[in-house]
Amino acid sequence: MAIEIGKIIWVNGPVVRVRGSREVRMLEMVEVGEEHLIGEIIGLNEDVMTVQVYEENSGMRPGEPVFGTGMSLSVELGPGLLRSIFDGIQRPLPVMERKEGTFISRGVKLTSLYRGSLWEFTPVIKEGVEVSGGAILGSVPETNALEHFIMVPPTLKGVITWIAPNGQYKLEEPIAKLLTPSGEHDLSMLQHWPVRRPRPFLQRETPNELLITGQRILDTFFPLAKGGAAAIPGGFGAGKTITQHQIAKWSNADIVIYIGCGERGNEMTEVLQEFPDLIDPRNNQPLMERTVLIANTSNMPVAAREASIYTGITIAEYYRDMGYDVALMADSTSRWAEALREISGRLEEMPAEEGYPAYLGARLAEFYERAGKVKTLNHRQGSVSVIGAVSPPGGDFSEPVTQHTRRYIRTFWALDKALASARHFPSVNWLNSYSEYVDTLNDWWTAKTGYDWQELRSQGMEIMNEESRLSQIVQLVGPSALPDEQRLILETARLIKEGFMQQNAMDDVDTFTTIEKQIKMLDVILYFHRRAEKAIQLGVFASALHSLDVVTTIIRMKTQVINRNVSQLDEIRAQIDRELSELEQQYV
Amino acid sequence: MSILAKYKGQEVSGVSRIEGPIVVVESPGVVGYDEVVDIYDEEGKIRQGRVLEAGENFAIVEVFSGTTGLSIDNTRVRFQGRPLRISVSSEMLGRIFNGLGDPIDGGPEPLADKYANINGLPINPAARKYPRDYIQTGISTIDGMNTLVMGQKLPIFSGNGLPHDQLAAQIVTQADLGSAVDRPQSQTTEFAVIFAAMGIKHDQAAFFRDTFTKTGALSRVAMFLNLADDPPVERIVTPRLALTLAEYLAFDLGMHVLVIMTDMTSYCEALRQISNIRGEVPSRKGYPGYLYSDLAQVYERTGRIKLSYGSITQIPILTMPNDDITHPVPDLTGYISEGQVVLDRSLFQKGIYPPISVLPSLSRLMKDGIGAGKTRADHSHLAAQLYAAFAHVQEIRALASVIGEEEMSSIDQQYLAFGNQFELGFVRQDHDENRSIEETLRLAWKLLSMLPLEELTRLTADEIDQYFGKF
Repeated sequence: MAIEIGKIIWVNGPVVRVRGSREVRMLEMVEVGEEHLIGEIIGLNEDVMTVQVYEENSGMRPGEPVFGTGMSLSVELGPGLLRSIFDGIQRPLPVMERKEGTFISRGVKLTSLYRGSLWEFTPVIKEGVEVSGGAILGSVPETNALEHFIMVPPTLKGVITWIAPNGQYKLEEPIAKLLTPSGEHDLSMLQHWPVRRPRPFLQRETPNELLITGQRILDTFFPLAKGGAAAIPGGFGAGKTITQHQIAKWSNADIVIYIGCGERGNEMTEVLQEFPDLIDPRNNQPLMERTVLIANTSNMPVAAREASIYTGITIAEYYRDMGYDVALMADSTSRWAEALREISGRLEEMPAEEGYPAYLGARLAEFYERAGKVKTLNHRQGSVSVIGAVSPPGGDFSEPVTQHTRRYIRTFWALDKALASARHFPSVNWLNSYSEYVDTLNDWWTAKTGYDWQELRSQGMEIMNEESRLSQIVQLVGPSALPDEQRLILETARLIKEGFMQQNAMDDVDTFTTIEKQIKMLDVILYFHRRAEKAIQLGVFASALHSLDVVTTIIRMKTQVINRNVSQLDEIRAQIDRELSELEQQYV
Repeated sequence: MSILAKYKGQEVSGVSRIEGPIVVVESPGVVGYDEVVDIYDEEGKIRQGRVLEAGENFAIVEVFSGTTGLSIDNTRVRFQGRPLRISVSSEMLGRIFNGLGDPIDGGPEPLADKYANINGLPINPAARKYPRDYIQTGISTIDGMNTLVMGQKLPIFSGNGLPHDQLAAQIVTQADLGSAVDRPQSQTTEFAVIFAAMGIKHDQAAFFRDTFTKTGALSRVAMFLNLADDPPVERIVTPRLALTLAEYLAFDLGMHVLVIMTDMTSYCEALRQISNIRGEVPSRKGYPGYLYSDLAQVYERTGRIKLSYGSITQIPILTMPNDDITHPVPDLTGYISEGQVVLDRSLFQKGIYPPISVLPSLSRLMKDGIGAGKTRADHSHLAAQLYAAFAHVQEIRALASVIGEEEMSSIDQQYLAFGNQFELGFVRQDHDENRSIEETLRLAWKLLSMLPLEELTRLTADEIDQYFGKF
């Protein structure tokens, strides 16, 4: 199937020029050199093609042959994706480890999905029915918690002439026959889809449901809707990766796709070893059961790093098409952009800002626009939420990747080095972050919790904004120069910071907070503020508030009150009343 | 002779251009990318290099030891047909080599156990073992607040004139496997140390050699020295040699290996020099766009694997130009490494050794290397509390410098006292002071007991009951 299409004439790292056939297409997958390393055609000029090679290629020489495959770079889609860990071009890393050992060697050819497993297929469609792309033929219990729906490939339509009965089938066995104008097709549980082409759907819908992450500052202050796109920019050590891990662990998505793009090997290993042991609170299954990991660490070939993002989002869209909510984390999109820059540099393209190619913005847009809540081809509702980490050089958000990213996302979680240094985690800066989903999510919050979320949120934000203004004055003259009302604002802001925004990912209770607890916690803090305002009007000194027992109680409620016992938070309101009344009596 | 492997190969003349360390060879025949090259000068002396770019009728070659004295017509080039490989063996411990691996201690050529490609191969993330065993360095700011874990890469971000060499030498001398639980009885408790120097001064190299000799560590140290006046291009090879040996010792022989690499800034400058001569599009500050990927290929050769007891722990040292942590070298390093230990000039000027600035320092693997059964159950909260309290001290100090200390509230004054004692009694220690982890934690509690109870919100009530005010 692979036929020779030319000979190498030039090698510069992962970029190779080949002279030969004119019958090849842009973005066709090729096999390069005598070792048949995987590559992709990224440029054509007369009979010279430019190829990027997805594997380490030292020793490659001019004169070696290159083979065409006739296919675009594609992923395999079907049961068995979940619980897998792939490299950037969807080779299964555990299988590679068994075959090749500890180190990733070259020229390894592996199928992405294991062909030998038997899957329990249950048909849901009858013979003689006319179907189009996306129609559901049947389902397979892929894990204990998830039904994998087998769909007609999006590009086909016709009449079902045969459907397999209930039973166990291997991935490539036919489970249906489809008669199309071009002839009869065997359909199996395995499909291919080119990674750079978005999978089709019927129409986009408004993202109006919260992607619950269990992280208080994210859900309550800067929410992301299911089907939305968010960016987490932050310098090194600001906590991007931990935040991404927390979302991967606790978010209420059905499927999580985690892409480690040009990041640390040990971090991927941590996820690999930790997730099978962590239990999803919603269905008591290991978290790994809903997860697909894509690991292209920083020392793996740079071109495959570029591909890993597309591999991930194509798998995400596939599950979306079954009607699931998928959350995709890409850590880090900056490494992906740098891969673009590195390839572009080797192609000697004219650079735009900081050496990045001029098409950086366009590529980022293509990626983030694949997020969305949609009506699928089979009239279900599915979503892909995208959360991209950004690693700006020097933590400077004015650099090109952060700036271009901001144009295409709607939730911005700006991480702050100063907060991280003080071990205030998650180090989301409340002044620089924003969410454009606040208005569309208000009804959802009210329906779920019964609280006027938007009102509480804006009260909280107002106190934080006021605090930032006051702290500038404090830095000049000290806190004692402020009137008591303003000192109360500083105290309440401290409660919001330490008691609400700071969240300890290592603490069993604190690591995840339900939205019911979140809103009640914020409500308690704001109640304290209103009650203390009254006390100050009666003459209580603001400095006396600091050492009240209830202040410590409020700061510790995140760990002391477990998610199931949120009613305990009402007792704190009573404690506030009691202690402030006592205080008032001392002053009056 | 050298530990670099030798092959026959095709010999050609036809050098058409020489510029800096770069030689362009016309009609070299079939030449592979990244292949090793021998270059013979007029007198027949050999230099080594490798192919950076291979075309149909040209090859661009970088010459490790520089091109001084080479001429267009009288230079012959032999392409060896293979990437750079070295011989590795356990005999290399106790020996000193130059930056290309030639012995420079007067001893014989070490016998080869195995030949290995110096570029290594990426470790499959599925084959790694997540690092969980802490290394006791005896330095409070590291053990207590930025714990080093076996298999971690934890760089020291320093500046010119700061005592990073002393700190690195102290870590090497004091490093102790602490909690390592899965260590077989037969395994030695001492680290093998591989020291790779890139562009450091002669007296720095002498300092390390003397320290290792004095402490008796030299027999388990292999030193690769590329000094400041050695050819810069050699520096690109030096860390790769060191890490190839480290991988052999750790993953083939099961040893625990500590790799010290200094100075990574010189290494990056050598990369920049070559990139500039080749006319590549620069990214920040003239460094090439692939600096991140290149550094990752060095730093990621760290860790533990399922199939071996051994480990590679890296402590790269880099000097931040103008103490600027946002400079591309520390910046990209920080994005790859698992934390950083940052040295601070103002602490150094106050006479505090080691001048470790704790707030920007970080150990990412600390969370899994400490706690009950490893260091102590309260360690994690204790460290978080120290960080929070000392971060607050910085705010108060800023305020005190404006309005004066006398004007501060009594809580703030307690914080100021805490901050001073933190620097003098916890950060500061002697060059040979080896504090146990218990001692470090005891000092930490003693410090925190200077603050009012209600300020200690990061600690649990039980922990406070058990330790507060007890020391």
